[in-house]
Amino acid sequence: MMMDVSLPQPVETVVTLAVVWIGLGVAGLAFVRAPRFITHFIFPCGALVALLLAITGLGAIGAPPSVAILPAGLPDLPFHVRVDALSGFFLMLLGGVAFGTSLFSTGYFRGMAPAALALLSLQYHVFLASMTVVLIADDAYLFMVAWEAMALASYFLVTTEHHEEQNRKAGFIYLVVAHIGALGILLCFGVLQGGRGDYTFDALRQAGLGDNWASLAFLLAFLGFGAKAGMLPLHVWLPEAHPAAPSPVSALMSGVMLKTAIYGLVRVVYDLIGNIRWEWGLLVLLVGSATALFGILFALAENDLKRLLAYSSVENIGIVLTGIGLSMVFIGSGQPVAGALGLIAALYHALNHAVYKGLLFLGAGAILKSTTLWNLNQMGGLIRYMPKTAVVFLVGVLAISALPPLNGFVSEWLTFQVSLQASQLSSSVVRSLVPIAAALLALTGALTGMCFVKVYGIAFLGQPRLSLAEAPREAGGWELAGMVWLTIGCVLLGIFPVFVIGELNAVCLSLIGSGLSAEALASGWLWLVPTAGTQASYSPLIFLLAIMVVFGVTFLGVRRLYRGRLRRAAPWDCGFPEQTLRMQDSADAFGQPIRQIFAPLYRIRRQVPRPDDAAPVFRQTVEDWHWYVLYRPIARLTTYLSDQVGKLQQGRISVYLLYSFVTLIALLVFVK
Amino acid sequence: MNVASGIVFQILQSVLVLLIAPLMVGWVNQCRAWLQNKSGPGIWQPYKVLNKLFHKDAVLAHNASPLFWATPYILFGSMWLAGGIVPVLATSLPFAPAADVIALVGLFAFARVFIALAGMDVGTSFGTLGARREMMIGFLAEPAMLMTLFTASLISQSTSLVTIVETLGHGDLVIYPSMAFAAAGFVMVLLAENGRIPIDNPSTHLELTMIHEAMILEYSARHLALVEWAASLKLTAYVTIGIAIFVPWGIAQAGDWAGIPVALAALALKLTIAGAGLALLEALSAKMRIFRAPEFLGTAFMLATLGMLVHFLLET
Repeated sequence: MMMDVSLPQPVETVVTLAVVWIGLGVAGLAFVRAPRFITHFIFPCGALVALLLAITGLGAIGAPPSVAILPAGLPDLPFHVRVDALSGFFLMLLGGVAFGTSLFSTGYFRGMAPAALALLSLQYHVFLASMTVVLIADDAYLFMVAWEAMALASYFLVTTEHHEEQNRKAGFIYLVVAHIGALGILLCFGVLQGGRGDYTFDALRQAGLGDNWASLAFLLAFLGFGAKAGMLPLHVWLPEAHPAAPSPVSALMSGVMLKTAIYGLVRVVYDLIGNIRWEWGLLVLLVGSATALFGILFALAENDLKRLLAYSSVENIGIVLTGIGLSMVFIGSGQPVAGALGLIAALYHALNHAVYKGLLFLGAGAILKSTTLWNLNQMGGLIRYMPKTAVVFLVGVLAISALPPLNGFVSEWLTFQVSLQASQLSSSVVRSLVPIAAALLALTGALTGMCFVKVYGIAFLGQPRLSLAEAPREAGGWELAGMVWLTIGCVLLGIFPVFVIGELNAVCLSLIGSGLSAEALASGWLWLVPTAGTQASYSPLIFLLAIMVVFGVTFLGVRRLYRGRLRRAAPWDCGFPEQTLRMQDSADAFGQPIRQIFAPLYRIRRQVPRPDDAAPVFRQTVEDWHWYVLYRPIARLTTYLSDQVGKLQQGRISVYLLYSFVTLIALLVFVK
Repeated sequence: MNVASGIVFQILQSVLVLLIAPLMVGWVNQCRAWLQNKSGPGIWQPYKVLNKLFHKDAVLAHNASPLFWATPYILFGSMWLAGGIVPVLATSLPFAPAADVIALVGLFAFARVFIALAGMDVGTSFGTLGARREMMIGFLAEPAMLMTLFTASLISQSTSLVTIVETLGHGDLVIYPSMAFAAAGFVMVLLAENGRIPIDNPSTHLELTMIHEAMILEYSARHLALVEWAASLKLTAYVTIGIAIFVPWGIAQAGDWAGIPVALAALALKLTIAGAGLALLEALSAKMRIFRAPEFLGTAFMLATLGMLVHFLLET
């Protein structure tokens, strides 16, 4: 690239940074024998690149789109790239999260086998670079190439520990679903180009499809990107792939890669197809609500920490889709201002999820490294061994539970505000459906609270449920640095939402041509006002300050006024003397009310002992019924069809000659 | 708007809420005692209990983490904040725009998560049991609560409590059928969220069915005092939210000094009636099994949803 101009265009900077990432990955291969070089130099450099990318992305949000044509690709089919506000926003998300995960990786991967480390570093950086290219691609060809590169790089990352059969299986499932999705996207681009053979996004924008073709393109895009995002019922790869991958990679996959699918959906639906219809929005809304509720219910039944986080990602994607669906319903009904608010809520939630889920996955990695445990039922009392990790993890837990004043609450609050604009809609059916979606969102939010109280209460609080050979150690400096970076993100995104809204408003203006109302934007940095001051307002900073001031005043007041002594003693527990560690709730016990209340939604298998059993064992497994009602039948059908086709393959040359003969005759008859 | 008088109103209301919260609990308990043909401890009993607790030595379990002793302060702070931003005496308080009703629900959830975590901190059987049940009631009550608030906010097209009060309290008197449904749902949620009969029994300490008391078993002295005070603040905040939404008449407008005596009298009257009504409800019903709670709160949710549909069908 030509980089000797004084002020490079954002698009040039982004391409350069992606190339540097690939270069770092390849450089790692040359230093297979120096693993310290990879961990101490290459990962920190990758983090630096991520930070620069985030800054470039942030700068690009307010700037006019910048385009370039890369001197690469096939002859007569060059790669087009473009950075506009939407790309800029997602580049910022990618860079911000990748900075944290790369810092974390610097410490986390120390002590790994050298050859595996070099390969991991290559795949990790290629993964980052390909996600960057997905976000800046400006033609369908480059988009698909980058999309596939992203899928393959992440496949190899998922199967990093390929010696375990379970991980190979997880990788296979991931690859299959990724390609179902890619097929949908490919067909969608095919529909969009409308037979003219020009696959640049500019040409696709001008396509002007008829209603039916546009609907078909939308459905294909929704299926394709939904598969990658983890939408119901294509979510099954998430809880398999995320636990298999190393934790920083899980953080990236869950935090960023799922968001590239959201990016793709928004890009195709809002930008390329345009002309949104409210029926599409209703579909997205329903699927989103179902995904959210389903995801959190299964997270609650899970006791493997990383699987739980993966199901929770399914839930959060559902919330993002709810926001997008609301936005599409409003835009399709001719209410672009409410539609813009919906899109802002969805994008804000995507950013928030990236930050706090990145943090929680890194936290899970820190726990795994220090205790070798991944099952919640075996953890306990970690706050006493890993106090710093416990603090940052608590922030992540509060953020994901959508509690004020942290970031998760802001985007959920905005989504509620959008749904309360329902009275602007003309169709009374839709008008009553939208608040029901909001109620489902409320249920989901409250269940999330319960789920993460379970995670934190079981893992960090209480007493250790398993005596480990050596006491767990606090996470190292680099690991903490990565987590603290994301923690700061959670807090700042929660306390200063107005700045984020300003940037997102710019994204909306460039994408759909309308943004928030003037009153909403003029209300100052302290007050978050979605529509008008009299309708709703929220000020997280005052919230936080008030709680802190009251906390301080009460604390000092109580200390000053009453100098009662503080004594330490054994827990009281109603005077029951024979407390044992096993009397605490396990993760399974904590989820029991949920399993009872929502029993029809689970597939539960119980093994209950008989009354006269000498060594009674109670076992219970909760399974995802999608495997049984959807995937297994499809797998069986595929096997059956393959068997039938197999009958044709006799392996005798005379039979094959007969086939050719019959085909020729048939062709002659038809073509005539 | 006069900022100085707004701030005076804000301070006045915050202090008032803080001070009358234990009285509210005392009044409810006294009424219930009367209904049960007992003489009762008197309405000032909660203050005496708080005073006693503040003077005792605190005992912490050996393995209690900082989260455990910080939680009472966090709880107290967030409940006081909730009581301070609900328009009780006057509208247009300077802090009121900091949170609309959804953010208020978020604030209650924030406090709930902390008390549940504190219940799990020491790692005793009762603490975790209480935390689990509390979160279960919480996730059932929260959607029902939001649904009643959405229904109430549809009429004024606003989730800001101030706007709701001004639309309903200072506009013409109109009867909204949807509000009747929402009010019924709200009362049910109020009972559940504040650990009252039929969901939980606030007057038991040692029952296998306890919820709130199980979580706070390990607290003593000043920590317990703050937790109890926070619980009474929560009850008061809920009742005042109900007053602001369903019977907002009498609440003064900011800067209206002359309206304050009327507002005070109206508030005292409403709280007295609400407390007596609460005691009556508790005296008439029995505590239900824990797994009947989904039905109870599901009914609340359905009532609120019906209210919303009624609004769309009849009132627009």
